Amino acid sequence: MTSHLARADSAGTAGSARALTQQRPLGDRVFQALALAAGLLVLAILVLILVSTAQQSTSWFSKEGITGIFSVTWDPAHNKFGTLTFLYGTAITALIAVILAVPVSVAVALLLTEVVPYRWARPIVYIVDLLAVVPSVVWGLWGFLVFGPWAQRVIYAPVASGLKGVPVLGNLFGPGSNGAVSGTSLFTAGLILAFMITPIVTSLSREVIATVPAIDREGAYALGATRWEMIRGVVFPHSQGGIVGAVLLGLGRAMGETIAAALVIGSSTQITSHLLTPGYSMPAVIANQFGEAFGVFRSALLGIGVLLFVLTIIVNVLARGVVARSMARQRGA
Amino acid sequence: MQPRGRKQVTAIGGIAALAVAVSLSACSSSPSSPSGGSSPTAAPLSGTLNGAGSTFQTVFQQAAISQFKQVQSGMTVNYNSVGSGTGRSDLASGTVNFAGSDSPIPSTETDFNGKGTVLYFPVVIGPISMSYNLQGVSNLKLTPTVIANIFQGNITTWNDPAIASINAGAHLPSTPITIAVRSDSSGTTQNFSLFLQTAEPSVWKLGSSSTISWPHSAHAASGNSGVAQVVKSTPGAIGYVDLATAKASGLTYASVQNSSGNYITPTSASASASAAGVTVNPDLTFHAVWGSGAQAYPITYQSWILVFAKQPNANDAKMLQAYIGYLLGDGQSLLDSLDYAKLPASIDQMAKAQLSKITG
Repeated sequence: MTSHLARADSAGTAGSARALTQQRPLGDRVFQALALAAGLLVLAILVLILVSTAQQSTSWFSKEGITGIFSVTWDPAHNKFGTLTFLYGTAITALIAVILAVPVSVAVALLLTEVVPYRWARPIVYIVDLLAVVPSVVWGLWGFLVFGPWAQRVIYAPVASGLKGVPVLGNLFGPGSNGAVSGTSLFTAGLILAFMITPIVTSLSREVIATVPAIDREGAYALGATRWEMIRGVVFPHSQGGIVGAVLLGLGRAMGETIAAALVIGSSTQITSHLLTPGYSMPAVIANQFGEAFGVFRSALLGIGVLLFVLTIIVNVLARGVVARSMARQRGA
Repeated sequence: MQPRGRKQVTAIGGIAALAVAVSLSACSSSPSSPSGGSSPTAAPLSGTLNGAGSTFQTVFQQAAISQFKQVQSGMTVNYNSVGSGTGRSDLASGTVNFAGSDSPIPSTETDFNGKGTVLYFPVVIGPISMSYNLQGVSNLKLTPTVIANIFQGNITTWNDPAIASINAGAHLPSTPITIAVRSDSSGTTQNFSLFLQTAEPSVWKLGSSSTISWPHSAHAASGNSGVAQVVKSTPGAIGYVDLATAKASGLTYASVQNSSGNYITPTSASASASAAGVTVNPDLTFHAVWGSGAQAYPITYQSWILVFAKQPNANDAKMLQAYIGYLLGDGQSLLDSLDYAKLPASIDQMAKAQLSKITG
């Protein structure tokens, strides 16, 4: 780019020299101002949201202190507002979602770019993207009314009784402390979230994989590589960073998902390794309990919002960073 | 190479026009007869009243709003069921004309400090049913102690001696008890826990609040209909559901022992009886749970409309008097068919007398 400009300058037609010295036309300046204002507006809205919610949550912060905020007990009837349960639920459901969604998403992305011809890829892309247009409340209701009760009867109960007492698996998928499993549980929430983040992870992975230069692929084939060897040796190293970024963006989405999680997570404030029993997540507790909350209770819910906001921003910034770095590396290579 | 510098960037700025529709309430001073305030005058009023709050009131408000159109066709009343806490905070910040609330303003709530007098108008009461799912058991009896122990997780099976001893003759299975509770914060939870705290202060340890820290075995679901769904689909489940939802979902519900020792089924009449037997404070706050009276159903709760006594203008004051007057008057006749319960005549009279305190 720069070398092009330099050459154009040195070529020095009279017209372009005048354009450089004179003030830019009015339309240009108005456009720049508008674009800048739009950009700053977005930033200002973000900062204002953060400041105003943080302000409203001060009474919670000052009442509980750091140890209180990160304690296990959430009991509004006795004025105790600790958030550890919700942090745990958010982390564990997002983790389940990522573990379930990423292999599927990457496999679909590879299918679309490496296996099927272009004319077949289009309809598959449409179908995957359709998952993204299903509103989250529909996912939640389906999970609560249809999938949850069915899974409890047909999958969870037999799995739990089969794995009861088995060392690690029994702790994860065995029955809970009361000997039962529930259709609305941490695992159901993670699974629904996995459905919801699959489209975004798939489409980002597909785009990253599509940038692998054809010459590299053909080089690998020329050396006698099979398709899988080519994918392992050329596609993965090339698109690793981008896929990690896609996964982190999916993670951010899963952490912030509210209504679907609120409906299927089971709303029980407990920290448990048993994934088939109810739990709670940060967005879910805000959605569920805000309506009748007042005083410190309300302030605590807003405070959870601030924590969640900060967490998702960190994850998203991390994701952008990883993607940007991998892009830079690709350009350098 | 082509000389550069002739590239035109055409920016198509999409300008989003933000149309802000400000609806000003028409302040046409209607020819009003000197209103005594005790009963709504027939003088036509025009304008909009916005209310927000209690989800418990929603069905009543919707029915009343549509009927009220025949009384005052020039008035538009909106009710947004956002929950009592949010409704009160909307009233305090001035975004609505009235709030619906299932509980008085808590002493810890500072939103109303320095904002003027708030008037309480009780408008509706209703029973909370103890709905259960137990094949072959149709006339379950429960005492407050047993309910408290079930919801604290101390009684875990249906054939527990504590249940069996008060249900002689009933065939109680050994099914484990699944307790169904609200996942959302709710006035129903608040008043159900208030009932347990009032009736059995020494047994009930979980406190009274819109959100309770239930035992981990509890199944939580959103809204009365969500709890009803859990009870309906889970054999051995028991949950607290308002009577209207329990009836609509076809659930079976228990008789509960009241303070006179009688086992009473929830009905509109037995709920009114409970409210008739409680002490009403001068500001018209009261708790209808655990009311005295032989025929009182003890898990009964109430909901108020909250308004500021001092309104910004005379028209708003008149409109509030007209609408609240309707809710306390003809509106009460809607309640039985909606499975709420009427206010006892004594409380209704006190509330009507208070209408004149709304001034413009």
